[in-house]
Amino acid sequence: MITTFADPFDALLSLQRELESRLASDWLEGATTSRGPFPPINVFQQGDDILTLMELPGIDKNELQIEAKANTIRISGKKRVDYSNDVSVHRRERVSGDFDRTLSLPIQVDPDRIKAEYRDGLLALFLPRAESDKPRSIKLK
Amino acid sequence: MPTRQELQVQQKRELEKKEESTIPARVFLPTADIYETNDALNVVLEMPGVDKNSVDIRVEDGVLKIEGRLDFSKYQGLQPLYTEYNVGHYSRSFRLSSKIDQNKIAAELNDGVLSLVLPKVEDAKPRTIQVK
Repeated sequence: MITTFADPFDALLSLQRELESRLASDWLEGATTSRGPFPPINVFQQGDDILTLMELPGIDKNELQIEAKANTIRISGKKRVDYSNDVSVHRRERVSGDFDRTLSLPIQVDPDRIKAEYRDGLLALFLPRAESDKPRSIKLK
Repeated sequence: MPTRQELQVQQKRELEKKEESTIPARVFLPTADIYETNDALNVVLEMPGVDKNSVDIRVEDGVLKIEGRLDFSKYQGLQPLYTEYNVGHYSRSFRLSSKIDQNKIAAELNDGVLSLVLPKVEDAKPRTIQVK
């Protein structure tokens, strides 16, 4: 869709609306397992492939483990919020601790082609759909 | 075994604006930690998805205002399937109690965590008084 008067703020609102509408989606229903719902995850479709985004601000990359097997992805690690003892803390809202989350995707992914990227506090996982899982068109004879 | 603290999800809080907005999009409050040392007030904010060119920090009339804009062009062409959080710009302001040297405010953004150091002006620093 091409709009001549593209309003960047409108684009954000429509993205937010779309995200909202998928809150009730059953796509991963019963398929996200393991302990605790941290980190929160958004799942997008990008052509045939899946892109997941997680909000994980301030994580040490060395303390983040990502494991993939068949259609299961495990993200675990530790989030630290440390201040020295001689400061007086006025407000404390950031959370810290261990997290461990496993996702079982309803599609088959190719574990060898999974790419992970951590930037600006967002963890992005590119999960390519396995070739064997892709739908095939059948020609009529 | 040391105490293992399990992380719970914090729901994102939306900014409650005093003024009406002209932008139809939603703005969220970044979670913040504030601590004070002898020389400075430190503010740490979590703004995942914001890069360092999109942050605006201002101090006006004793109010510290932090704004972080999200680059949502990265989301174009993506079809959401399942969501657990919403995205938006970040905005938060704090009224500063102690006097801040506005020219010396330092900010650093690392992995979505913005750390601000607001140095106190000389006369606001605590002094030990000798008893004679």
